[in-house]
Amino acid sequence: MSIWVNKKSKVLVQGITGSAGQYHAVACKEYGTRVVAGVTPGKGGQEIQGTPIFNTVHDAVKKTGADVSLIFVPAGFAADAILEASDAGIGLVICITEGIPVSDMILVKRALENRKVRLIGPNCPGLITPGEAKIGIMPGLIHKKGPVGLVSRSGTLTYEAVYQLTQLGLGQTTCVGIGGDPVSGTNFIDCLEAFEADPETKAIVMIGEIGGSAEEEAAEFVQKKMKKTVVGFIAGQTAPPGKRMGHAGAIIDGGSGKASDKIAKMKSCGLIVAESPATIAETLKRYLS
Amino acid sequence: MKIHEYQGKELLRAFGVTVPQGFLAVTVDVTLQEAERLSFPMVVKAQIHAGGRGKGGGVRLVKNKAELQEAAKSILGMQLVTHQTGPEGKKVKKIWVEQACDIARELYLGVVLDRSRSRLAFMASLEGGMEIEEVAHKNPEKIFKVWVDPAVGLQSYQARDLAFALALSGNQIKNFVVFAQGIYAAYIGMDASLMEINPLVVTKSGDLLALDAKVNLDDNALFRHPEFKELLDPEEEDPTELEAQAHNLNYVRLNGNIGCMVNGAGLAMATMDIIKFCGGWPANFLDVGGGVTPESVTEGFKIILRDKNVKAIFVNIFGGIVKCDMVADGIIKAAKELGIRVPVVVRLLGNRAEEGATLLNGSGLSLTAENDFTKAAQKVVSLAKGK
Repeated sequence: MSIWVNKKSKVLVQGITGSAGQYHAVACKEYGTRVVAGVTPGKGGQEIQGTPIFNTVHDAVKKTGADVSLIFVPAGFAADAILEASDAGIGLVICITEGIPVSDMILVKRALENRKVRLIGPNCPGLITPGEAKIGIMPGLIHKKGPVGLVSRSGTLTYEAVYQLTQLGLGQTTCVGIGGDPVSGTNFIDCLEAFEADPETKAIVMIGEIGGSAEEEAAEFVQKKMKKTVVGFIAGQTAPPGKRMGHAGAIIDGGSGKASDKIAKMKSCGLIVAESPATIAETLKRYLS
Repeated sequence: MKIHEYQGKELLRAFGVTVPQGFLAVTVDVTLQEAERLSFPMVVKAQIHAGGRGKGGGVRLVKNKAELQEAAKSILGMQLVTHQTGPEGKKVKKIWVEQACDIARELYLGVVLDRSRSRLAFMASLEGGMEIEEVAHKNPEKIFKVWVDPAVGLQSYQARDLAFALALSGNQIKNFVVFAQGIYAAYIGMDASLMEINPLVVTKSGDLLALDAKVNLDDNALFRHPEFKELLDPEEEDPTELEAQAHNLNYVRLNGNIGCMVNGAGLAMATMDIIKFCGGWPANFLDVGGGVTPESVTEGFKIILRDKNVKAIFVNIFGGIVKCDMVADGIIKAAKELGIRVPVVVRLLGNRAEEGATLLNGSGLSLTAENDFTKAAQKVVSLAKGK
């Protein structure tokens, strides 16, 4: 078992003819993901490395039965791409694109209310169910099938944590990167809820960072609704206030969003917090044995 | 992106928000000339990107020409220190002079993104002139909020709710609705990321005026507002951070002595954190991003080394999109071009890490390769201490 994606997932790539789209469509395919279609308006009827291209997501879904979309279109067109995917009946939309205006995402979130679609991202690495499907830009090789669910706001720090887990022999059910933007689709709580319900996931790693209060809300959820062990880490303990640390959402604003507050809240809600980013997996292993 | 008060006011005026009449000046002569258009009393306000200007002596009420001249002379060129500038303060190069008004009441109106609801929140408070964080801390019951449904925008009834909570009455209610809707239109129209009118004043004649305006713009949306490029004041930015941006590097200066070069924002923060955990302190945040090239690695080293406090450098790359051998190539080029004067600890993992290690080993450079995260951090901390 896993959450949301498995070997049956049929993936279409929006923006497949751009350099990132093309490179990662191939990398996902090589991992074993069923990449069934690409969409680039105006290039319908062509093929790119064996994958048929369609003008619209509707066409692609009708012809191939795709049920997951992976988006690489540039920031100015990404909101449109997300809404097109949802309109075509795609159930899971993963948006890798970085730099989407916040106002666009506020409108997208409003438009997706009450629709049967899950959005992951934007500004995220995607998600992977090791051994079954990689739908994103993460390096597939560092992953291993196993009992740990992972959810994170970061990209490379997720790879770091996965690498540590795999080194210690702890494989993963599914790893989800929810992205570093202030307005995004799936949040920590959605992932934690899904991992709690997944019988194969035995423990969860949750990686947060400074900015906003999503980690605090997730910690309360863990305390109230979860039985499984959750190990956390918060990046940005040394970040100064008022400065954006790379991610649009990683900023300590008006005294809120500090790492120390998040860590304190997580601890008080029963999560186990790794002190160092180098000991995330080690901390989990200690609590599992 | 942060902009000046005078720029914020000019933008707001274009959206129908009422702001005082005024002008910008950079010399005392121009100040006196332009002042002919207004009448006394006037307010002279230092234009720097920091709050608390009044307390620091950067805002003066003047009643006649002599006072205006004196105020302009003393504020222009002063080193203004506020709680947001740091002890060194900021040099004032521009002043905004505006018509003073008869203030009956000072209120607060702000628009922020409520991240947990994914909606904009309008916040109003009776404590105009005070920082909203302070009010939130001391008197949270004095802050009133409404959340905007983006499908329909700020509704009149929502603005009225705030107006009644602020104890406005009569025509002031209607004025407030127009004012708040102007603010919303401006926020959306210019893709702002924060707007604060503090204070929003009610004049003795019952008019509403934005006496101050703090406007931040969404960096992600600047591509659809090319005209905003002119609003950037390079004097207000850290020159090194601007230069880094020009090379697609994300750099933030900090006050430690260990330079960091990392790919990805989360790992870059975690790298800073582990340095602290091991007893050191980072000199910077630097995310080279997914589009890194050997040239941008070299630029990154240049930028890190410009900080004279840097005693050692930690390169931590986890290759996903990024290829480690390309980063290694950049490190070698940088070392040859710049003659790196401090010890460097390199950790390369993921995509093409072995190829990267081979390149570094064959380069003849005295770098420390260490792939264990903790050991690499310990090593760089002890090197920075001269051990």
